[in-house]
Order: sequence, then structure tokens, then C-alpha cells
Amino acid sequence: MEVVMAISIGLLFSGAFYMILRRSIIKLVMGLIILSNAANLVIFTVAGMTRADPPFLNEATKTASNTVADPLPQALILTAIVIAFGVLAFSVVLIHRAYEVVGTDDLDQMKDTDT
Amino acid sequence: MSNLIFLPIFIPLLTGVLCLACWRNTNWQKRITLAGSIIYLLTSFELLHQTLDQGYLVLQMGNWPAPFGISLVSDVLSAIMIVLTGIVSVAAAFYSMASVPNEHIRFGYFPLLHFLLVGVSGAFLTGDIFNLFVWFEVMLLSSFGLLTLGGERAQMEGAIKYVTINLFSSAIFLTAVGLLYGMAGSLNLADLAVKLPDATEDGMVNVLALLFMASFGIKAGVFPMFFWLPASYHTPLVAVSAVFAGLLTKVGVYALYRVFSLLFVGDTEFTHTLLLWIGILTMVTGVFGAAAQFEFRRILSFHIISQIGYMILALALFTPLALIGGVFYIMHHILVKTNLFLISGLTYQLTGTHDLGKMGGVYKHRPWLAVGFLISAMSLAGIPPLSGFFAKFVVIKAGVEASAWWATGFALLVGLLTLYSMIKIWNEVFWKKATPEIEAQVINKRLSFWMLMPVIMLATMTVSIGIWGEPLLQIAETAALQLLDSSGYINAVLGVN
Repeated sequence: MEVVMAISIGLLFSGAFYMILRRSIIKLVMGLIILSNAANLVIFTVAGMTRADPPFLNEATKTASNTVADPLPQALILTAIVIAFGVLAFSVVLIHRAYEVVGTDDLDQMKDTDT
Repeated sequence: MSNLIFLPIFIPLLTGVLCLACWRNTNWQKRITLAGSIIYLLTSFELLHQTLDQGYLVLQMGNWPAPFGISLVSDVLSAIMIVLTGIVSVAAAFYSMASVPNEHIRFGYFPLLHFLLVGVSGAFLTGDIFNLFVWFEVMLLSSFGLLTLGGERAQMEGAIKYVTINLFSSAIFLTAVGLLYGMAGSLNLADLAVKLPDATEDGMVNVLALLFMASFGIKAGVFPMFFWLPASYHTPLVAVSAVFAGLLTKVGVYALYRVFSLLFVGDTEFTHTLLLWIGILTMVTGVFGAAAQFEFRRILSFHIISQIGYMILALALFTPLALIGGVFYIMHHILVKTNLFLISGLTYQLTGTHDLGKMGGVYKHRPWLAVGFLISAMSLAGIPPLSGFFAKFVVIKAGVEASAWWATGFALLVGLLTLYSMIKIWNEVFWKKATPEIEAQVINKRLSFWMLMPVIMLATMTVSIGIWGEPLLQIAETAALQLLDSSGYINAVLGVN
């Protein structure tokens, strides 16, 4: 399972970089969305994948078995998803506004502030 | 245990929420902002005072014991940064009173400013690496808002670059945090500092070090990842630029200082040598970039980059003297750079332009403003007896003692080129004879007291740091020794308390 995840994370990262390097601002934002999901999957995979052993205490003995899944990475990912959602919502509005003001979706045309 | 640590996060949060409550009443928002920032400053002094007394202040949030809950930690470096944040926030609050147009206030300028401070303070005080990520995002989202408020074309273009590169760096940061957790099984900085040396995969530790270096490096604006900074910092309101210039990149620098003194100290031969060259290249490219510019705030933006180079250089040398210099440099830099940006706003008020070629004649009619600029500019270039001289002197002396000749040579050269840029601004803006239209404007425009106040305050601080620098150097020394000996930090957090 880890191998499959590792390969798909790699594909997501390369896809994200490709999209970010395109000139269209729409593709730029898509790239950012994929990038944040790839980062989330890294946390999910690296923290160890345990099947069918939820992190609950045994009701009788009040102890956990030795193989329970680690709940913390999921909490981290949830936080990261919420943050990414807010930030990406902002950037979608931003590119829309930028498109209106500048009148193009081509990043190469947006270099007034560089020189 | 001390609830005092929580206040620098809570006060701006409360101030921001109160400003939101007075959404339609701009006058009340202004009053609340002034009160909030002054209370923040006073609290920050108390925090520094107590931290100096006790060495470390630690607060375990929700009383969860250390490696499991989130710890807030204030060591001397954090406390210094909080005090500097307080000073910048007071300066920005005063300056905003007269300079921010009502349309901006009506769309939430003041709440955003306070939420920015929440993020900055949180980043300085947290002792948990994932929590640091969250504070970074709080800070970023507010800064996006401040940067785009007004919606002009230049702002939009600058914001796209700023937002993209910062989201990119956040994604790298998040990936690195995930890998770190997978390897060490902890997120608490102190706990990680204990566990990382045990980690057997040495190559992996260095990979992580590089990921963190890239992520924080982008936020700090180091070579070769600084291009977003001069493309965006000159686009928003001057008060916003000044806060960004003073605080935001320094949060990146602070994170580098924290991580590369606490976590990644196992292979300094590799990591800190790399930082050394990054520092040198940052200094040199920044200062050459500035030499080529002719827009007031873009010159200053490039100088932020070259000054960041000095701080990274000091971290890379990693000797007691170098870290004293680095901490002192951060203190001096925040005050001076904020002031220079504020002055650029005043000259804009007078002449109506940021273009050096069109300005002129300010010295003739506003000699005191010129003196204020001269103090800050000469301090930036490192002319004695101003604050910048001692900051540069300590860093360069540390370079000589560590026999880092290349670094020392470049540091001296960059100081000289900084002087060149500052003299260029002086000649063009203050000394040159103005065209009749501009001269008429300079004579007739009145400068608001609110905008002059912070400039005078910061210039006075710059001079006094130069003249009475000894106590501040001692505080910087305490901070540097704490950075070098991480056992104190670890014990304070993991609780032998």
C-alpha cells in the first residue's frame, strides 16, 4: 500500500509543479490545489498506515492494543485541509479580480511590478 | 507556567474582534487600534522583563503535558521579537491614523492588521512545529488581505506572485512537518530536539533540513528565492509595506534561527556551510539589485534582502559572538527598515510620487524630515555611532574570528554598496533641486502629526541604540547563549518544572 501511495504522491507533486509553471493563472491555481493535497497525503502515508484498528481503548481493560492507528496525522490533515480551503478560496477570488483588472490570464503579461 | 505568554496573541485578537464589531464606525476602529497596540507594547515589555528574570517562560495549552499538547515558549529571542513587534505595531497604528483612506478602513484594514499581529506573535511564541505552520497561515491570510486592499493593477500583479510563492512554501513546510513526524513521532520542538539525534537515517535528517531551509528561506526572502519580495512589497499602502518590511520576512528569519539552532545541529558542516553561502549570495544580490532601482520603495525592498543576508550569515557562523551579532542585527534592522518605509510615505505625501527622478528639494523645505531619513539611512549603511554600525561590527568581528574571510569581505563590500544606494536616495529626493511644480507641492503640503510621530520615535530609538547599546547587547548575548545551548529550552518545555 505504501508503494502505491508513494507513487501517486510523486505523480501529484509532478503534476502540481507542471501546472504551476504554466502561464495561465487558472492552471496556476489548479496546481496549488493539487500541491496542497499532495502534501496532505505525505502526512497520511508517512505516519504509518494501519488497517482496521481504530484508535479506541478497549472498554473492559481501558488499554489500547499495540497496533492501533495513530489519530494525530488525521487531525493534522484536517487542519491543513481547512486552512488550504480558506487560502485557495482567496486565491480563486484573487485571480478572478486580477483577470478583471489586468485583462489577461497570461502570467507573462503580468510583469509591471517586476521592473 | 505563566499566562503572560498568551497575552501577545490574545491582545491583538481581541483588538481585531472589537474592530470588527465597530465595522461601520471608523473613528472607533482607530481608537481601539491605538489602545490595542499600546497595550500590546506594554505587555511585550513585561514579557521581556519576566523572560530575562526567569530564562524561559512556558505555558502548556489546556494543561496537556509537554510532548502531547501545544506548548507556548518564550525564551529571550522570542521575547525580543515580541517587543519589536509591539514597537512596529505602535508605529504602524499611529501612521495609519492619518494615512489610510476611509475606503480601506471600511473594508477591514484595521482588523486585518491586528490579525496579522496575531499570526506574527503566535509564530514567535509557539513551541510546536505544526502550530508554527498554523500561525504562518494566519499571518499569510491577513497579509494577503492587506496586500490586495485597494485592488489596483499593481497590487493584483504583486499579490499573485506573493500568494503563489507563499502557498508553495507552505506546502513544502507541511510536507517537511509530515516527514518529520513520520521519522521522530513528535511535533513538539523540544521533544524533537531530544529525539532527532537518535534518528538513524542521517541522510533523511539532512533532507528535512533542506526542506525547512527552502520553506523558511522563501518566507525570509533569501537567495535564490527572493524575487517575490521586490515584486510585491512596494504595491500596498505605505503603512502596510512598513509592517511587512519590518516583521514578515523576519518571521522567516526567526524560524530559521529556531530550527537551525534547536533541531538541525547534528551536521553543521553541511547545513551551516550551505547557510553561509546562501547568506553571502543573498547580501550581494540584494545590494546589487537595489543599485539598479530608481523607485524609492523598491530600493528599500532590495535592501531588506541584502540585510537578511547578514542575519543568515550570523546564523551560519554559529559562534556565540556571531549569534549575538545576528540577534542585535534583527533588532536594529526592524526599527530602521520600518522607519525608512514610513519616511518614503512622507516624501510621497510631499511630492506625490515614489519615482526618485521626479522628486527633489525636500531638504530645502523640510530639513528635519531629511535628518530623520539621514539617521536611518546611515544606520542601515553602518556608519558609527548609529545602531547599524554595532550590528555590522559584531557580525564582521565574528566572521574574522571564525576565519570566514570570504564572508567577511563580502559583508564589508555590501556595507559600502548600501551606503551608495542610500546616498543615491539622499541626492535624488532630498538634495536635488526640484522642478517648480514639485517644489510648490513640497512647500504647501502639510504633514500630519500622526505620521511624523512614529518616524521621530523610531529615529530616536536608532540613535539611542547606537549611544546606549550596551544593555541591548547584553540582552542579545543572553538570547544567543540560549540558542547555542538548547538543553535549557528542552528542560524548560519538557518539564523539570
